[in-house]
Amino acid sequence: MTTTEVKSEQKAAKPVTQLGDRIFAGSAKGAGIAILVVLAGVASFLLIEAFPAVTAPESELPGGLVAYVGPLIFGTLLGAVIALVVATPAAVAVALFISHYAPRRLSQGLSYIVDLLAAVPSIVYGLWGAWTLAPLSVPLSNWLTDNLGWIPLFAGPASTTGRTMMVVGLVLAVMILPIITAVAREVFLQTPSLHEEAALALGATRWEMIRMAVLPFGRSGIISGAMLGLGRALGETMAVAMILSVSGAVTFNLISSENPGTIAANIALQFPEASGITVNVLIASGLVLFVITLLVNMLARYIVERRRDFSGAN
Amino acid sequence: MGKSVEAKDLNIYYGSFLAVEGVNMTIKPKTVTALIGPSGCGKSTFLRSINRMHENIPGARVEGRLELDGQDLYGANVDPVGVRRQIGMVFQRPNPFPTMSIYDNVIAGMKLNNKKASKSELDDTVERSLRGANLWNEVKDRLEKPGSGLSGGQQQRLCIARAIAVRPDVLLMDEPCSALDPISTLAIEDLINELKNDYTIVIVTHNMQQAARVSDFTGFFNIEGTGKPGKLVELDETKTIFSQPKQKATEDYVSGRFG
Repeated sequence: MTTTEVKSEQKAAKPVTQLGDRIFAGSAKGAGIAILVVLAGVASFLLIEAFPAVTAPESELPGGLVAYVGPLIFGTLLGAVIALVVATPAAVAVALFISHYAPRRLSQGLSYIVDLLAAVPSIVYGLWGAWTLAPLSVPLSNWLTDNLGWIPLFAGPASTTGRTMMVVGLVLAVMILPIITAVAREVFLQTPSLHEEAALALGATRWEMIRMAVLPFGRSGIISGAMLGLGRALGETMAVAMILSVSGAVTFNLISSENPGTIAANIALQFPEASGITVNVLIASGLVLFVITLLVNMLARYIVERRRDFSGAN
Repeated sequence: MGKSVEAKDLNIYYGSFLAVEGVNMTIKPKTVTALIGPSGCGKSTFLRSINRMHENIPGARVEGRLELDGQDLYGANVDPVGVRRQIGMVFQRPNPFPTMSIYDNVIAGMKLNNKKASKSELDDTVERSLRGANLWNEVKDRLEKPGSGLSGGQQQRLCIARAIAVRPDVLLMDEPCSALDPISTLAIEDLINELKNDYTIVIVTHNMQQAARVSDFTGFFNIEGTGKPGKLVELDETKTIFSQPKQKATEDYVSGRFG
């Protein structure tokens, strides 16, 4: 059969469609394309504007691009990872309490409060972190370096202002807690009662039931919630810019006054006074952040997909 | 294995609503007892009260006594979790844990009871239970595959294997075949006939032919009207219930003149 024959056959057998159906299909397709166009636009802007910084000679850019962006990448990842490590277990615990432990009235109220936390603007968290949490953290930092100083994270000497990576991580953790909690809670609530009953009928306690039925089912939800939170923590600008006292050092020491900056906060702080090649360098750092976020999301996808057979979706 | 269950003046409430009233019933060890009756008559509620599963609904409680070989299942010091470890249950729709392999599904209950079981013990349990559920030959080469990849009938037999892996005293079945095709149903019914050598089985079914085929005793539950409590009308040998029941209501129901 030749292609022309196929074409004519298809034309003859053109399916009957309703106008409303065509409009809906068209607008859905349009929306899908628009997202790709916007993404391509942002990516090409970053690539084009970052290009001069990548190709700049050593004379214009002392130390080179890598030396400039490297500590920022480190700081961005460090702060976000602290936030994630602190926030994820807490969020899962809160979500489980709301979905499976609290009496219904309490769990509703708690849900509202958690959602409300998500609506607090990041500048408020920044103010709170810089004015309240940072001074409060000083005695804690002193105690940590005195008693747990052998752990490199708490090597000290403790900062006297409290504007440390530890405080940034904690503030970011509070900021991403609501989104992880909300996603996890919704998934936990959707656990099929069939599977919960299966566990209970085997003589599982409530916690064992949660481990057998709820957590495995909610795994992908926890991961996507955590990745959403990680995305926010990586890109958070204002709160970090207000709290962190930056020296540009690459160190795992969380409580000293020597801290690496983060990409987003660095752009916000440097951009107003930037000109020439510096602007391109800042945009290049933005491109790096873009790539990091993309990689994080792809990793999350991969983790969720890997055990698809066992996900319960089939 | 295979203990008797006895209900004495059992009332089951959801909050202030009396769902099932005044059940007196003795279920002999190593027999199959079928519970039949119209929808909403309380037979499933009664079944779930035997392993205290109905307590998952807030406000559910019972009055009267329910005994397992004379041991009060609702005594002050009795943990419902412990009751469920003695009394296994199979549900209406097959519900293997989708995140677990076939192997892990079978030993799920055993892991709760006996955390230190050795690998060979676990292997033995898996083989014994799957053989007991007539599933071994079909799945022995793919024990590491997810249980949700099996057919509906196989999944239900996997759930039975999971329930008998912990060697319960009683096995409750809540309409175990209602989501299955006739061939899978036949496989489950054959299995019930074999399981009764070891276990006391109570099965709720809407299918009266099934009750007649698999059970030794049949209990008929009925309800007088919406909002009224369900009651046990009659419990007797299955032959008697289907040929010469003592109550008119039973005769009407089993002969299809109901309502």
